[in-house]
Amino acid sequence: MIKVENIRKEFGDNLVLNDVSFSFEKRKTNLIIGESGSGKTTLLKLLIGLHTLDSGNIIYDGRVFNEMKLKQKRLIRQEIGMLFQGGALFDYMSVEENIMFPLTMFTEQSEEEKLDRVNFCLQRVNLENTNTLLPSELSGGMLKRVAIARAISMNPKYLLCDEPNSGLDPKTAIVIDNLIQEITEEFDMTTIVNTHDMNSVMQIGENIVFIHKGVIWWEGNKEELIHTNNKELNDFVFASELFKRLKNK
Amino acid sequence: MMIKGLKNIGNYFIMMKKVMSRPEKYSVFLKQLKLEIGKIGLDSIGIVIIISFFIGAVVTIQQSINLENPLLPKYLIGLVSRDALILEFAPTMIGLILAGKIGSSIASEIGMMKVTEQIDALEIMGINSASFLILPKIIAAMFFFPILIILSITIGIIGGWLGGLSMDIPTADFVYGLQYQFIPFYVTYSLIKTVVFAFLITSISAFYGYTTKGGAINVGKSSTLAVVYSSILLLIFNFILTDLILS
Repeated sequence: MIKVENIRKEFGDNLVLNDVSFSFEKRKTNLIIGESGSGKTTLLKLLIGLHTLDSGNIIYDGRVFNEMKLKQKRLIRQEIGMLFQGGALFDYMSVEENIMFPLTMFTEQSEEEKLDRVNFCLQRVNLENTNTLLPSELSGGMLKRVAIARAISMNPKYLLCDEPNSGLDPKTAIVIDNLIQEITEEFDMTTIVNTHDMNSVMQIGENIVFIHKGVIWWEGNKEELIHTNNKELNDFVFASELFKRLKNK
Repeated sequence: MMIKGLKNIGNYFIMMKKVMSRPEKYSVFLKQLKLEIGKIGLDSIGIVIIISFFIGAVVTIQQSINLENPLLPKYLIGLVSRDALILEFAPTMIGLILAGKIGSSIASEIGMMKVTEQIDALEIMGINSASFLILPKIIAAMFFFPILIILSITIGIIGGWLGGLSMDIPTADFVYGLQYQFIPFYVTYSLIKTVVFAFLITSISAFYGYTTKGGAINVGKSSTLAVVYSSILLLIFNFILTDLILS
């Protein structure tokens, strides 16, 4: 479980997050939703230490992350798998080398063991026999799946995903969403997905937090979200004609 | 402007503190180092040979015109060309060329990694990204630049000899000039300068790449700034080192 307690973050005079507290639960797909500029990416970057907190605490299974020194933070980060918006695959490495990279850096496994793990991860994301391809040779959906394979290669306790569906067609987006949900349960992880894709929310939203004006405006699951009377949340979730019609039905 | 400059200097030293830490895994570090020696060193051999050859030839031709006097022995042309190549043309001129070639390449490579979140990915994995990416580049350059400069001096002298032949300077006179009152310390001085230049070019370029924000346009800007500032600092340090070592 990842807990955030009373966190606050300002950039100059701009208060981005104010007194935010929430628990991201284990074995669940926790979603952070909100409009662009609402502070959800900042929250994700605070969680992994790419930004520093002004006040509050971030706690990984009882370990206070923000009080740690950089070396200790790096050890926690080895327990985190991160899926970036653009995949962030190393473009000079092949698919196999990308997935093998964390194993090479942090384990003493033999080449054979590492290759077995790479093939298992590729099989898990349905990308067998793509080992020798370069990231530039992959489609958007394949890139995301390789990034997921790299993220799970070290058997992480936590999986953080930043806009996993951006730039993908709806069908591929659902494949990615389902994959994230499946591996969350399979690997017993705490998963946090930062999204403003409403299809994702309806597909995998088990524990949802809506950030608005830098504070937690609403929290619940996808069923509760459909029936909520919260005006700001409704304005955000049911912004499109299609979703408005679905809501009114 | 002044505050921004001071902030940049501060950030440069903060980054360098991160760079100068023990590699996470030596086997991976050595692999990276080999890769960088190839990219920074071996890939620069061609341009160094071409530039050095023609500079050597032009320097000799110019000296033979300037020193055209019956009272001056012809071997002086070899001597002057040798010293000019060892003391200045090889280390400084090649340094500036490499600042353009390697500096822009380092800044754009690291800058692109920054804007596509590849550096964030390294950090999230628990890797010191500055050390992982930059240290092998600095060491590769500090190791290989002196080799390039020795090569440059050698090729420059060959170019000078051929340039001399075109100006009717006998080979025997040119070779005698090359050997006449040769001061080996000049080569040491040249190599000391080169090692400092290698450090400056790679670290400054890496700094501009590492601090890139935004998109492709900013990567281009970082690349330009890297070449401009590493060239300026190279010239400043050339002056300081010459004053300290030779005077």
